[in-house]
Parts: sequence; C-alpha cells; structure tokens
Amino acid sequence: MDITPSASCVGSFRPHVAEEVSVVLQNEMVNGEYRHLVVATSALAASAQAGQFFQLLCPAPPGEAPFFRRPMSVYGADRAANTVSFLYKVAGVGTRGLATLRPGDALPLLGPLGQGFELDPAWRRVVAIGRGAGLATLGPLAVAAKAAGIGMTAILSARRPDLVMSEDLFRSNGAEVITVTDSDGSSDPAKLRRLLCMLIADDRCDALFTCGSSRILRLLQRLAREFGLPGQVALEQQMACGLGMCFCCVRDFNVDGETVHKRVCWDGPVFDLLEAVA
Amino acid sequence: MTDMSVRVGRLTLANPVMPASGTFAEGMACVFDIGRLGALVTKTITAELRAGNPLPRVAEVRGGMLNAIGIPSKGVPYFLAHILPQYRRVHAPLVVSISAPTAEGFAAIAAAVSVEGVAAIEANISCPNIEEDGRAFAQRAGATEAVIRQICAATPLPIWAKLSPNVGDIAEIARAAEAAGAEAVVVANTILAMSIDLENFRPKLGNTLGGLSGPAIKPIVLRQVYQTARAIGIPVIGCGGISSAEDAAEYMIAGAAAVQVGTASFLKADTMLDVIDGLDRFCARRGIARVADLTGAIRLEADHAETAEMETVT
Repeated sequence: MDITPSASCVGSFRPHVAEEVSVVLQNEMVNGEYRHLVVATSALAASAQAGQFFQLLCPAPPGEAPFFRRPMSVYGADRAANTVSFLYKVAGVGTRGLATLRPGDALPLLGPLGQGFELDPAWRRVVAIGRGAGLATLGPLAVAAKAAGIGMTAILSARRPDLVMSEDLFRSNGAEVITVTDSDGSSDPAKLRRLLCMLIADDRCDALFTCGSSRILRLLQRLAREFGLPGQVALEQQMACGLGMCFCCVRDFNVDGETVHKRVCWDGPVFDLLEAVA
Repeated sequence: MTDMSVRVGRLTLANPVMPASGTFAEGMACVFDIGRLGALVTKTITAELRAGNPLPRVAEVRGGMLNAIGIPSKGVPYFLAHILPQYRRVHAPLVVSISAPTAEGFAAIAAAVSVEGVAAIEANISCPNIEEDGRAFAQRAGATEAVIRQICAATPLPIWAKLSPNVGDIAEIARAAEAAGAEAVVVANTILAMSIDLENFRPKLGNTLGGLSGPAIKPIVLRQVYQTARAIGIPVIGCGGISSAEDAAEYMIAGAAAVQVGTASFLKADTMLDVIDGLDRFCARRGIARVADLTGAIRLEADHAETAEMETVT
C-alpha cells in the first residue's frame, strides 16, 4: 500500500486517481442493448489500464434518483487524445441516467481505480473468454496484449449473434475471434471446454482471462488446475466508495486453502483466477 | 486569509474538517493530500477479528445511504504493524476509532492503541453492549458514563465519545460522557433505519437494519448538535450529512467546534478539501477572522427562543 505524505513535505503529493468532471464526447447505441460512451478527461484519468474502472456520478433519469456513483470498467483509454470510453448496457437507474447524457454534458468521475489485468512478457499467446458486459472489460486487454507483443484468441459469448460485444476491438488489435452464442448452442460449457482444450493442445494458451460469467469462470478454473495454467478474472460487486474504504464490496477468496474477504474495488477488480470463488 | 485552526480539547487542529470513521482509509491518499485535513479518523478497530456483516452491506435511498458493514476488523496487532506506520508519515493528527462489547474491552483496546503517532481516541459507543442486553452504550447515560470512565482511566490520550442519534435526549448522554472525562463528543453516528426491496419483499441490507447517513439526516443531527452544545462545556464535533462548506458552517454555528464528513466522500472523494476551502471563503466573505468564531454563533432572539422552547415542551 502506498500512502503519500503530506503537509510536512508540501509539493511532493501526486495523485494516482483523478477526481474530476469529464465532458461527454459521444454516447451512442451500438446495438439493441449497449451504448458506447466516450468522455474527455485529464491525462491521469486517460492513463487507465485494462481491467481498471471508474466511479461515475450518473445523472438522475426522469423520476429517479441514483445516490451512489456507479463503477464502470474501462473499455478504452487513449493517452494521446485524453479520452476514456465505456461500453454499458442500460440495466438500472444508474445506466438509465448515463443513457441521457449528450455530447457536451458534464460527467463527474473518479479513477482510474483498482488493479487491472497483468500481462507477463514471457507469454506468447493468451486466451480471453467472456460473456455479455464482461466483454467490455476484456476488450482493452486485446489492446494491451498487442502492445506487449502477445497474441490473443478471444472467445466472445452472448445470447444472440447481434449481442456479441467488442468483436471489432479484438479483431482490430490482431486477436483471433471466435464467437459463441446460446442461440446456436455453441456457448454450451462442454463445447467451450473442447474448444479451450484444443487451444491449449495447440500451445496457443499461456494464460486465461475472463469476465462476465460464473459458469465460464468455473470452467476456466478446472482447466487452469488440470493444465497448470495461470489466469485472471475481473469481478463485479456493488460498490460505494471505490477506494477500499467502506468494505461493502467484499467477496470470498480462496488464499492458500483459507477463505478470506477481499475488496473488489481495492484488491481487484482483477484477481487471480484460482483465488476467486465462483 | 481566515485563521482555520480550531481547538478540540487538548488538540489544536489546522482546520475543523476530518473524515467520519468508516469512510476513510489509505485509498483516499491516492486522490488528494490527506495531510491537508484537520485530522484523520480511522475505521473502527476492535480487539477481536471480525469478518463483518452479510452482503448487501449498503443500499441507496433518497438523499442518502444505508449501511450495515459490521465493523470488519483485523485486530490491534495488524493495525499497529500495518496501518499506523502509514499514517505516522502524514502531518494531520490521527484519531483512532475503537469499539468493544464491554467497558473492560473498551479500556483494554484504548490502552493498546495508546502509542506514539495516535493523537486521540474516538470511542464508538454506539455499538451493542453485551452486558446490557445488546443495547448500545450510547443509548443510556449510565452505561455511557461507565464505559467512558473506564477508557479514560486506561489511557492518557484525549477521548472523544461518538454518540448515537438513536436516543430521546442526546444532551443527557453527552453530559454523562463529559462527567466521565471525555474531551469531546462526536454527534452523531448513523440513524437506525431500513429499506425493503419491493421486487422480492426482502430487506435491502443483509443485516436487515442499518444506519442511515447522507444529506437526508442533516437537519436531524444538526438539531442534536445544537441541543448537545448547549448542554455541555466540552467541544462537540458535528457529523451527519455534511457535503458542503455551507453544511459545515451550519453545524459550527449550531455549536460544533469541528466537523466530520463521511458519505459525501463516496460521491466526491475530495469533498473534504472543498469543505475546507469553502469554509475559508465563507468566513472571508463575512469578515470573520477565525473559523472558530463560527462555533455557537447562532443568533437566537429572545422571543424566537421562547417559542422554540414551548414547541419542544408540547
């Protein structure tokens, strides 16, 4: 843990997390369920890494009043343009409020927050597999992998083909994309297992990454144990402060055979694949 | 420039603004220089290891939040070894919030945290007292006096008693804390409350009951600060729904010597800096040289006061 002193050495303080008011550049529907929100931020906010998140002060939609900020994982962060983007599904009062934002509107935010994904330079090819909104969290990992010279196979799961998220982002960053859906039965865990076993046998899986489905998380945990593979999972939880202060977002984790509480906002949201309790 | 310093018992604070216990931890230091705060107040620590309450631990309501976190604590040795050294490097005085299920337990933990680098102890006596059928110490004057007396005997550090707002006559409890040797009272903890999810008829908190905080409670706690400050000679620290310098000024005018900011930091992490800077400007605009001059500056015309008294009686 890192704590920065203070008045006794004035001038030395440098924030790691920006508390600021961003400006909406774009907030458009990308399919029947998801919207793509792009905001102009400071350089500090735009330094967000894949897997990190922001706390957004969502505007109140008509007749409703969200109180807390809403955690939202980073979909993109552009350090050259000083922008951060989010991909979200309108699911509750917070995201209903977000959907009302128009270009030029102010969006107060806090971030980047939490521990993001880590890529080991020794890896040559990794597999990212996610579902639904989890694909928004995994998307920027393709950008990071490309930058690190690591190849990626991305398995994108959704209910229907039109709800597959982030496909372009993965493809444009050189990932091999495999989409699986409930509608054609290809997202079935047994089929996913065969697919993953094939990638592992082909030496195309030095590590596993996932977000968005406990069923996929359990499948990856079994494979990781079986084949001795490392992996990481990005988890969600209701949050209030986002800075590890309030302890409302704790989850159980298995650490050295013991069940311990960790804070998703502070110790995560990206955790070791095998420590997570699915 | 306003003189922003205030006195709370033996302590002189650089300004009257500090976090409310439970809403502050080292994470805040990622956002701004916490050395600018009047004081730092830790999450409540206990002697025993506590996992905390079942989830969900928070719920939002109009104008505020409910919480039933359940005081997760890693115990005193962990605090002394891992948390305290970080805060020793920060200029602002450190106030350690403690809790225990018995008066003896309170005294023991007070003694254990009375080490270099700790400026004061905030006794969170709003927790259940197992010796009194689970009633909070702060719900009874007798229990309050007994527990504060034992704590004061166990440590040379200043004791701040954090009172519960869930009482009929908070001034009576405050007088008991003062008589027992408390150097200040914090008014107040959260207001006992609940909320139900109409989708499934379940309580919105895993613990069913929780504490309400945020702007919704400000007028209630402001009233309690006013009543408490009139009843005792030791400083009152106001805590309840403060999210702006104007809120803080109201508390000080009602009688608070200093203020604590909690829930508002969840909506804007650097709210406390806004409150400090805003109080400075508030005083400067009105030609008030010292922020401490706000404390108890409420103006009660004689006839107005009488009407208020009558309304209280009825």
